[in-house]
Amino acid sequence: MEPFLLQRSAGGVPPLSPSMTGAGAGQSFLSISVTDPVKLGSGVQAYISYRVSTKTNMQEYRGPEKIVIRRFSDFVWLHERLAERNKGIVIPPLPEKSAVEKFRFSAEFIEVRRRALDVFMNRIATHPQLHMSEDLKNFLQADEEAMERARSAEGSVFKKKPSDFMQMFKDVQMKVSDAVLGKDKPVEETDPEYEKLKHYVVDLEDHLAEAQRQSMKLVKRQRELGQVLSDFGKSVKLLGNCEGGSLGKAFADLGGCADQLSFKLQNKGLDLLLIFEEPLKEYVRTVQAIKVVMADRAQAYRQHRELTESSKLKELNLEKLKLLRPDKAGEVEAEVTEIKAQSDEAKLRYEEIVRLMEKEMVQFQEAKTRDLGLVLHDFACAQAQLASDTADAWRTLLPYLDNPHLGESTVTESG
Amino acid sequence: MMGSDEEEDDERRGANFFFSSALQESHPLAAKLADADQFGFQESSAQSSGSLQEDLLLEPPSYADAIFSRDLSHSMTAVFSQTDSFSNVLTITVTDPQKIPESGASLAAGVASSYVTYLINTHTNIASYQGSDFSVRRRFRDVVTLADRLAQSFRGFFIPPRPDKNTMESQVMQKDEFIENRRAALEKYFSRLAAHPVLRRSDELRLFLQAEGKLPLAPTTDMASRMLDGAANLPRQLFGEGSTILAPHEAAQPTKGGRDLVRLFKELKQSVTNDWGSTRPAIIEEDRVFLKKKEKLQDLEHHLSDASQQAEVLVKAQQEVGEVMGELGLAFIKVAKFEMEAGFTPVHAADAKCVATGAVKASRFYRECTAHCVQHLDTLHEYLALMQGLHTAFADRSNALLTVQTLMSDVATNNMRIEKLEAASNKFFGGNSTHNRKVSELKGAVKVTEEARDLAQKEYDCIKEHNRAELERFEEERQRDFTNMLQGFAHTQVGYAEKICNVWTEVAKDEMSYSGRIAEPFSQFYK
Repeated sequence: MEPFLLQRSAGGVPPLSPSMTGAGAGQSFLSISVTDPVKLGSGVQAYISYRVSTKTNMQEYRGPEKIVIRRFSDFVWLHERLAERNKGIVIPPLPEKSAVEKFRFSAEFIEVRRRALDVFMNRIATHPQLHMSEDLKNFLQADEEAMERARSAEGSVFKKKPSDFMQMFKDVQMKVSDAVLGKDKPVEETDPEYEKLKHYVVDLEDHLAEAQRQSMKLVKRQRELGQVLSDFGKSVKLLGNCEGGSLGKAFADLGGCADQLSFKLQNKGLDLLLIFEEPLKEYVRTVQAIKVVMADRAQAYRQHRELTESSKLKELNLEKLKLLRPDKAGEVEAEVTEIKAQSDEAKLRYEEIVRLMEKEMVQFQEAKTRDLGLVLHDFACAQAQLASDTADAWRTLLPYLDNPHLGESTVTESG
Repeated sequence: MMGSDEEEDDERRGANFFFSSALQESHPLAAKLADADQFGFQESSAQSSGSLQEDLLLEPPSYADAIFSRDLSHSMTAVFSQTDSFSNVLTITVTDPQKIPESGASLAAGVASSYVTYLINTHTNIASYQGSDFSVRRRFRDVVTLADRLAQSFRGFFIPPRPDKNTMESQVMQKDEFIENRRAALEKYFSRLAAHPVLRRSDELRLFLQAEGKLPLAPTTDMASRMLDGAANLPRQLFGEGSTILAPHEAAQPTKGGRDLVRLFKELKQSVTNDWGSTRPAIIEEDRVFLKKKEKLQDLEHHLSDASQQAEVLVKAQQEVGEVMGELGLAFIKVAKFEMEAGFTPVHAADAKCVATGAVKASRFYRECTAHCVQHLDTLHEYLALMQGLHTAFADRSNALLTVQTLMSDVATNNMRIEKLEAASNKFFGGNSTHNRKVSELKGAVKVTEEARDLAQKEYDCIKEHNRAELERFEEERQRDFTNMLQGFAHTQVGYAEKICNVWTEVAKDEMSYSGRIAEPFSQFYK
């Protein structure tokens, strides 16, 4: 079972294909895996460290292989850096920060997190732009002290401005939806296609979230059924002891069967969680990441528009000034040039985001079809296997139970 | 504290009362007892003494009557050797509850006075019923009466317990819900009665099912004696003998009026005596085989109760899986519809729809499977309910034994008195007339008591035999029914698991065709 799970650990993301290589880089190869979670520290300061192994042929890297030890906050640093420097790109999402579960650190929680981090790294590694990130290189290669320094240094740089939508996104998803849909800000794009896309993304999140919720419930209930079967099996066995005779044996067999099946069901519970519920969750987070890009785009657009307006206004004033006060015109002219440059920059930034976003959406839809297709397929297979196991288990009882002499009383009364 | 003279008088009066009436030829029971057995296997009795039987059953049987009705040993074998052929149909349904306002309602009490009647519909081909389809209206009180009368007439039998009175619940629950629950419980009760080879033939049941108008069965006796009956059993409970669960309607011997109080107090004294072991009566429950069996049955009941509870939990858990599977299906249908309309990823939409359909189908199968499992596992609940009847039957036996012991003790006491008197009177030359009179009186009383004792012994033996036969039947039916239950349950689980497996296998195949993925046998996934 283990080999299979590792195979799927990349969430079905295929290795880097030629079409995704950077310009002039030839056949880039970058493979990352996150393994071996180890609990370190104690009490409130306990944390999990992960082994991050890199295999690559990229020249920028110091050697073909490297192994480093990282903790969750290191991944958070990487995510923030990537987000800051790659506007317009959908940054792969991190698993939730769960402040509460962290303290419990159950084996299941750790495995779920490890997988999510592995998926995260692989999505970055296979992204045509992100895989070339300097920050990624540092993350994959720096020793622990350097990593720590980087982490604490960057903390202050990334102070969230109130108007920064990234902050809002981390807090309240709904507000972002509103902002994205332009419900509270007047200045927004009017492209109907883009409007449609925005609504699509918001609705998609809702639908996927609902599907994920139900999948979580299903996993939970199938596990509960497993537990209950165990109790049932026990009580039936005791009843069998009481009955004795051939009927007693029938009861005992039934109880044993229920017991075995229970064990199987409960084991499969974790697998179902990993192959079905978690990937769906990851996609919900990915859609949320798309919303971040949309918020960035809206902000870039706003800046572009504001600067354009501002620039026009200033130019107009300059013309007036040239007529009225030609002596002052010189200073203002410099300002105008400055603002015009900024305006152009903002325009370029905005257009870059638009361009990137278009590519990203295409990628996203392709990946979604592929990934969720596999997820759904795996789910169907898992359910089929579960049912098959169930049938097999109960079937073992039939030869004995179907014996026509079973129901005949063997009791002899003596008053 | 009664004086000895009074005591003796009372005894004499009591004894005479019991038996003089019954011994009279003109007693209405005599004719009946001469031929027919109480169980109605011989249909002729029903025809010959039609109206007479109605009359008889107007009055609840007295202690004496009860003894006499069990007297005929020849009828015992007739009862149990003849297997009731179940080609005789007796189907009873309970329908159409109606609220009837009570006339002359006690408005002072401020309670809305009305009661509910139910339509009891019978379909039968049993000859003694003289009819094949008929219905009567009865209220719950009538059912209580029926149950009480059956308990009196069929001591020693495993009588299915009637539905509870639920006086508290009737206030708390929604009226309609309560009425529906009761209707269903009544139907179940009657189906159990109809399934009992002996009870289904009883006159009490027949009258209940068939007699138009007011139920021609008098309810059992005054509350006082019933309370005392309870008291009589108290010492045994206090001393921790057995786990006889006493139902309120259970009356060891229905008593009539104040005279029987004397007997009751004597039985109370006797049972206390027994327990403290000061007087060792000749008969003790020496039937070790029976006692062992009783213990085993208690064990069985305990484990049956556990299994029954776990079965409920299991069925519920299975149902919940089915429910959430359905919800999951709906969620994916929404995804599919949404994606189809948006048009970005038609393949994904198709995948989602495929899984959604599968989930909905699987959900349906889960629910069907659960419904069948409920039916099968219900057998556990059924037998748990029936085992309540066992307690009553065993209590009947204990009480009958107690009566025998009491009477034996009576005889012994009186004999001792006779000895004393005879010894004392020998001191006088020619005898003491007072003493002689007393002695002859006592001798008369002893004779009567001995007869009573013999009858009580026969009654006890009869009940023992009923216990035995019922136990045998119980064993047989339980074996058969539990085996069927296990078979049914296993087959249901296998069948539906296979169906569900097929559903998902199809889904997996379809999906692969949509996305053109390479086939991966799913067994690879789990090693």
